[in-house]
Amino acid sequence: MTVDRVAGLALVMIGIITLWESRVFPLGSLHRPGPAYMPVVLALLLIIFGGAVFAMGRHARRLAELGWSEWRHAVAIFGACAFAAWGLERLGYRLTIAVVVGFLLLVVERKGWALGLALTVAMAWGSFFVFDTLLRVPLPRGPFGL
Amino acid sequence: MLETLQNLALGFQVALTPGVLWYGFIGCLVGTLVGVLPGVGPLAGISLLLPATYGLDATRALVMLAGIYYGAMYGGSTTSILMRIPGEAASVMTCIDGYAMARKGRAGPALTIAAVGSYVAGTVSVVALMFLAPPLAAFALRFGPPEYFSLLLLGLLVLAYMNTGSMLKGLAMAALGLLLGMIGIDQMSGYFRFAYGVTELGDGIGVVPVAVGLFGLAEILLTAGLENPPAVIRPRLRDLLPSRQEWRDAHMPIWRGTGIGFLIGIIPGSAHVISTFVSYAIERKISKHPEEFGKGAVAGVAGPESANNAATSGAFVPMLALGVPGVPVAALLLAAMMVHGVTPGPLLIQQDPRLFWGFIASMYVGNVILLILNLPLVGLFVNLLRVPYPVLYPIVLVCSILGVYAVNSSVVDVWIMLAMGVVGYLLRKLDFETAPIVLGLVLAPMMELSLRQSLAMSAGSYAIFITRPISVILLAIGLILVVLALRPLLSRTLDWRSRLAVDTDG
Repeated sequence: MTVDRVAGLALVMIGIITLWESRVFPLGSLHRPGPAYMPVVLALLLIIFGGAVFAMGRHARRLAELGWSEWRHAVAIFGACAFAAWGLERLGYRLTIAVVVGFLLLVVERKGWALGLALTVAMAWGSFFVFDTLLRVPLPRGPFGL
Repeated sequence: MLETLQNLALGFQVALTPGVLWYGFIGCLVGTLVGVLPGVGPLAGISLLLPATYGLDATRALVMLAGIYYGAMYGGSTTSILMRIPGEAASVMTCIDGYAMARKGRAGPALTIAAVGSYVAGTVSVVALMFLAPPLAAFALRFGPPEYFSLLLLGLLVLAYMNTGSMLKGLAMAALGLLLGMIGIDQMSGYFRFAYGVTELGDGIGVVPVAVGLFGLAEILLTAGLENPPAVIRPRLRDLLPSRQEWRDAHMPIWRGTGIGFLIGIIPGSAHVISTFVSYAIERKISKHPEEFGKGAVAGVAGPESANNAATSGAFVPMLALGVPGVPVAALLLAAMMVHGVTPGPLLIQQDPRLFWGFIASMYVGNVILLILNLPLVGLFVNLLRVPYPVLYPIVLVCSILGVYAVNSSVVDVWIMLAMGVVGYLLRKLDFETAPIVLGLVLAPMMELSLRQSLAMSAGSYAIFITRPISVILLAIGLILVVLALRPLLSRTLDWRSRLAVDTDG
């Protein structure tokens, strides 16, 4: 299987799912388009383009040739970001960012405690001070006003 | 002509008074800082500081707010070049080659070229604004829904045609972006599409979370775990300035970007975003070394940055000449004018020439202030690259999360950024370009609305697109691009036939 064939298949699948999901909206007509008209047209285009990418992808790079050496880091970073999205409005900005930066620097990158803690505090409290206090961009507070 | 120059002299008398100059400087400084911070764009900056201008007279207030606007446009390139975080859609194209230049140790030249390109584009477009504002504004107003739809379609075709990879992949990515733009409330019927009960998706998917995810987060996911992470760069003093060759490479793209940006910028809507994409695509197409694009081509920074800033001035054309705001920032500036008792519109130039020409002259002065302000800051900003990547990327990640959250104070945007980061990571692994997704997302709501408005205007007849002169010209250009893109395919087929003919003869 080549990378273009995988990508083409994925695009066709997205197109089919969009077509299926669009069935709940009125399609309208060619001369008076309804809310489903444009999504259906775009989904059909995506299926055509995806199909063409699949058909012409015989000579592309093979999927097995792709290197995934960075996957552990990628998963850790993804997890940290997901935690940030979950925690921002539950734990507050400063606490969440402190956990994210601390985890990445101390656990993932294994930097020294002094540097890790200093940067964690600087990023969590420093960025809060600049944005929330100085620029008046409201950032969420968590337990104990943190 | 003579009258215009006399009026401009009056404008400079106003703009160079210490009070106006001071507020212009404050505006440019705040704008640059606002632009450098991801997520706090010019719109948020002006909104935050609008109340602070209530105590000022109209000229000073407007000069300060306009300074914030173009200061933020200047500053926006910094995070794009150094961190690959586009603060807004217009900075997406700068990310690609600007960041690649930074990773090659040429961050200083990239920032300098962006600053000088912005200066040239800003100044030239102010001259054009001065002489051409009334006729151009009238032309821009001839853009109804059919013309707008044709322009947007052309924008997508230009981008797909000038893709380094295949046109097919470019079109597929643009279609994906357009599909993402379908999420949210349908403006014509009020249907809530593909939102699955998430109220925050009612306004659609924001451009900032998508752009930051596809560019910033995807880059971190791909790079942070490499066995050989990007090396620490210690820029020397002589590396801060572009070499003679880099100046030569930037020269023409700056001028072309200026022209493209100004002309596209006068059209209301998000046309300034299209101008950066078109400029990048043209530079890549006409370059003698198109293979360098994406790997740190100077023209890939100079063209889009100039187009972006020229479009900034272009956006003032309908605002000053007709009182019609083309972009949200112009609407905010119009509101500021009204707060100060100034009635915007065609009569402004006669009723309040000091304000009108003072504002025009302040744009010249503002561009000079920005250049003086930005060039020394280049040395300061590039020091960021001295930080080892394992320490730098958590900082960049926090900036991304903060910037994305700050736009709407919504965690849904952070989730969208996360999802787009994964999509961008996979697409880059599979050799797809992600920029067309951003353009598709920006254009989708306008494209759908203009298509349906056009059909409503013509009682359902598609002939409206080919009976209006501007629309038909734009569509014809698009058709030519499609034919040009198909030409290699046709010639390959003919080649195959001729080979077969030879074989048969033999």
